Amino acid sequence: MAALRTPGDFDRDYTQDMAILRKPWHIGATIAVIIFAYTVPFWGNAYMVTTGNTIAYTVIALQGLNLLTGYTGQVSLGQAAFMMVGGYASALVTINWGFPIYIAIPFAALSTGVVGLVFGLPSLRVKGFYLAMATLAAQFIIPWISRQTFPELFGGTNGFIEVPVVEVFGFSLGEPAQFFFLSFTVLLITTILTNNIVRSRLGRAFISVRDNDLAAELLGINLFGYKLRAFFLAAMLAGVAGALKAHGQRGVGTEFGYALDDSIIFLGMLVIGGLGTTMGPYMGGIFVILLEDLALWMGGALAEVFPGQAAGLLTSFRPIFFGLILMIFLIYEPRGLTYRWILSKAAWRLRPFSR
Amino acid sequence: MNWVLVPQQIITGILNGGTLALIALGIVLIYKSSEVFNFAHGHMVMLGAYFTWLFAGGDSEEALIDLPLWAAVIAAVIVAILIGLVIERIALRPMTGQPLLSIVLMTLGLAQLFEGLTTVFWGTQPKSNFPAPFSPSDVINIPIAPVNEQSIVFLDRLIISQARLATFVVAILAAVIFILFFQYTNVGLSMRAASENHELARSVGIKVSRVFGASWAIAGIVATLGGVLLATISGVSINLSFIALVAFPAILLGGLESFSGAILGGVLVGLVQALVQASTEIEVRNSAEIAPYILLLIILVLRPEGLFGQKRIERI
Repeated sequence: MAALRTPGDFDRDYTQDMAILRKPWHIGATIAVIIFAYTVPFWGNAYMVTTGNTIAYTVIALQGLNLLTGYTGQVSLGQAAFMMVGGYASALVTINWGFPIYIAIPFAALSTGVVGLVFGLPSLRVKGFYLAMATLAAQFIIPWISRQTFPELFGGTNGFIEVPVVEVFGFSLGEPAQFFFLSFTVLLITTILTNNIVRSRLGRAFISVRDNDLAAELLGINLFGYKLRAFFLAAMLAGVAGALKAHGQRGVGTEFGYALDDSIIFLGMLVIGGLGTTMGPYMGGIFVILLEDLALWMGGALAEVFPGQAAGLLTSFRPIFFGLILMIFLIYEPRGLTYRWILSKAAWRLRPFSR
Repeated sequence: MNWVLVPQQIITGILNGGTLALIALGIVLIYKSSEVFNFAHGHMVMLGAYFTWLFAGGDSEEALIDLPLWAAVIAAVIVAILIGLVIERIALRPMTGQPLLSIVLMTLGLAQLFEGLTTVFWGTQPKSNFPAPFSPSDVINIPIAPVNEQSIVFLDRLIISQARLATFVVAILAAVIFILFFQYTNVGLSMRAASENHELARSVGIKVSRVFGASWAIAGIVATLGGVLLATISGVSINLSFIALVAFPAILLGGLESFSGAILGGVLVGLVQALVQASTEIEVRNSAEIAPYILLLIILVLRPEGLFGQKRIERI
């Protein structure tokens, strides 16, 4: 979505045209946010650090899904399952072959990308709803493989394996506060990566496939090839996110939130944040994660008032809040929080005259 | 393959498939009339089971409402009709003309909402006191010749659970009534017209919005029936919605737009799930829960339009 620019705000040379951060205050704000984020482990409490880690890997997974769903227009109901693949890949190479984390994460990304390609293959013949069903199949088949096959690798019935503490260049990252440096650094890298993908030839091809696949094909874009590339990239970023989640939570297994519900929540976060925007994954991810924490807190408070219903109350507000917010956004603001943000910036600029 | 078990598994599979077929019909109905893929149908099935259980006085010993099963089913059907109408009016009508992703997400959001509300009111524990008319020990034994002399006990006869047989009969009856309704009544005819072309249907005086409402109401009825049938066999729990998700492979197998395809697809998926369990390999036996999805992937690659679907599917 091209940002709404004020009249007279032109790019005067190619450096300006190609810049991601166009204004001095953009650069300032970005540096401020990065400094803020890197200092969180020093002054933040345990909740902030843990949530920061969660936000980091969720946003990475969302950036992948955004490439596939937001830019290429292919609905995927399997992002959580791909995260799980990444988690296993990274955990297994760390445990069995002793790979350091900076090799394990790229390895997880590549192997998850290959799995994503396999489930992207039906896009050769089908699209839309049918493709969503193919990814739904991935969401059921992948956890099943981890539960039922190769018990010596995947840990048997729960598919649970414990992941050792990460060490980078001799520093141990066992505490969430220490792990935050790693997860946020990876988030920075993936942000730069996805931001540059979508404004390159590849990203423009994705967008044209989304907007009109027939026209895209007439322009000489190999539809199948680019859809597979989108699947590969989405699964790759899911793999990175899964690897971070596995190392951050010190374990990977089917009980760790890789279910169909989580895939649905990823799609919902993306719509709430804004499909096909750079800010979308950030806004949607942070908003929904904070909302879920609020739901959990509310459920806990209510569970103390009604101890008889405690088990149901604790878990039930998360889906209720998420479902309601998602429906409200779909009806009233399908373009998401990012568009709201652009609108409010425009309103601020037109101050006395804005509605 | 453990051939001794195959005849028994074929019967079980077909009987299970009947319920799946009924659930699949509800999804096909919504898709045909309004082009919405209703991922919340499984949760409507679950809600139908819960409401029947509630109206039959299952909630507590001295429940206010304590109806016999048939009355409880009727009451639950009325509630389901209301829920269907409300969903159509509040959630789906604003989404008319929106892209596929928004509509799919809307039904997924509804599903999340229903799941949450169910846990708030009735907790996460499965309810085992569903007033099923049959107990698991009510079975019909059909003696057959033992396959070999050393065969184990129970292999000299086919066992048909009365509950499963009854659910199959009810499901097929409901499906037949449903198809007749679509072929021969005015409402059914207007639904088919609206599904073909909204504007043309409006131009001949069909109120399309009313048709959408009617199709959601009927989907509610079908879902409740499916829920009651599932609950008769496996009790009332949140998991009923996951069982109903298996209806999606059934629909794609049969073809998205075909009622008879949905029925055949449901029976076939039930059959595949049961036959997989007759295998001698434990990995294959355990794959019963994902067998429909593997089938789904095969269908999508080989014959995306399904067995009876129209070839209108958008090819690439």
